[in-house]
Amino acid sequence: MNGPSYRWLAVISPLGLLLVWEILSRTGVADPRFFPPPSTIIRTLADMVRSGELPFHIGVSLRRILIGFVLGSVPAVLLGLAMGLARPLRALLMPIVAAIYPIPKIAIYPLIIFYLGIGEASKVTIVALSIFFLVLLNTMAGVLGLDRAYFNIARAYGAGARSIFTTVAMPGAMPQIFTGLKLAMGFALIVIVGAELLGSDAGIGFLIWRSYQIFAIEAMYVGLLVTAMLGWLATIALDWLERLAMPWRPTN
Amino acid sequence: MIATAPPRVAPITVRGVGKVYPARRGSFVALHDVSFSVAPGEFCAIIGPSGCGKTTLLHILAGLFPASTGTVEIPPQEPGRLVTALIFQGISTLPWLTVLQNTEYGLRHMRVSPAERRTRAVEQLRRVGLDRFVDAFPHQLSEGMRQRVSIARALATDPDVLLMDEPFANLDEQNRLLLQDELLRLWQENRQTVLFVTHSLDEAIRLSDRVLVMTSAPGRIKAEVPVRLARPREFRSVRQDPEYGALSAKLWEALRDEVLRARQT
Repeated sequence: MNGPSYRWLAVISPLGLLLVWEILSRTGVADPRFFPPPSTIIRTLADMVRSGELPFHIGVSLRRILIGFVLGSVPAVLLGLAMGLARPLRALLMPIVAAIYPIPKIAIYPLIIFYLGIGEASKVTIVALSIFFLVLLNTMAGVLGLDRAYFNIARAYGAGARSIFTTVAMPGAMPQIFTGLKLAMGFALIVIVGAELLGSDAGIGFLIWRSYQIFAIEAMYVGLLVTAMLGWLATIALDWLERLAMPWRPTN
Repeated sequence: MIATAPPRVAPITVRGVGKVYPARRGSFVALHDVSFSVAPGEFCAIIGPSGCGKTTLLHILAGLFPASTGTVEIPPQEPGRLVTALIFQGISTLPWLTVLQNTEYGLRHMRVSPAERRTRAVEQLRRVGLDRFVDAFPHQLSEGMRQRVSIARALATDPDVLLMDEPFANLDEQNRLLLQDELLRLWQENRQTVLFVTHSLDEAIRLSDRVLVMTSAPGRIKAEVPVRLARPREFRSVRQDPEYGALSAKLWEALRDEVLRARQT
């Protein structure tokens, strides 16, 4: 016999929170100007979907995230694999990577705007830049953590540098690459919303900021809700991609 | 000896081979002045205490890294064939490749056409009884099956010399006996030169024509014991042969001091 299922607890907690929020807001214990009841937020969301405003802003942000994500992660994976394989390259680049990695990329956003202007280029660049080092370091760690036995097998059976890159380093580091990509997706969302708050005329971040300025608090909450939903959906998408990329991994 | 196929002309000659690794303080001598030769088509076993440099020796012969001193003579490479094929202990397959891709792995670096690669790989997988598992991934197989994949990968490269590094060490006794039978059957058909590293006295006697005993580190060849048991070597007849006991005692005598010495370091 199976033990009691606790799955319903996972539904109870968010629903309970919303219910408490609804009651507090409606009774006036929490100021409804700052904490509008969830039912109102949902209604606002529906209106904004119908008017096309919300899909537009989501589309703008999503496009920036996807382009920035590809532009940042593809070179990061390639360089990470190379750095994991080649010790001289690692020695040469590691100090720079270690120094730039911890800088909050949003802090250099003014510089990026200065060079690239306020348009799409600066948004895409800030996303690419903020995930590049994260993916790079994870990929490199993935190669470094590989058992030497795999490299011995490859070399004993005639693999040259190129074959070792594609048949050992890349597939071997794939689990770690995906760890990096999943973390990066979260960072990409954080940084794009941040960048749109600071200087933009469209996107979810812009929506949140503008709603705050015109005191449309419900719309602001819609922006926050959408950001959370996007993060959740991105995780699901990456999980699916991960299973697709690694059919060789045992499933439990 | 019953030769079912003409032996390949592939002798190995090792002269004064030494290997020194840089260590934290000074250096570590893994091998010192190792000399021996293996005749074409001979099945030669090497036993020695753990850490005596057996694996290092095989890796030098496979060309994974050079010796510090001495020379190794192996036959020249021909197109479409590998001179030495190494079979590993422990991790022996690439987990992200299918059984077929693992078996084709050597061939893909040998300018063999994709069609021929497949034919050769499938043929060897059939010989080791895994042709039904071409599309499986290594994690779906048992340890013994994975080791058979790595044997098929080696044979697919049509090597002159098979270098085997304790390939059955991670198997349980019963599966080990079955795989030994299988290896002997495969060898009887092709008669490659085989150099087989093991720490099992029984395995050395059961499989080989000659056993080389290595000292503890730095490894040298200490003794050479010919095994003149009749082939094919069926389990029962080998174990009941009085020669088996004598050989076992003789090898242990040569090995015992070395194992004791290895334990002290």
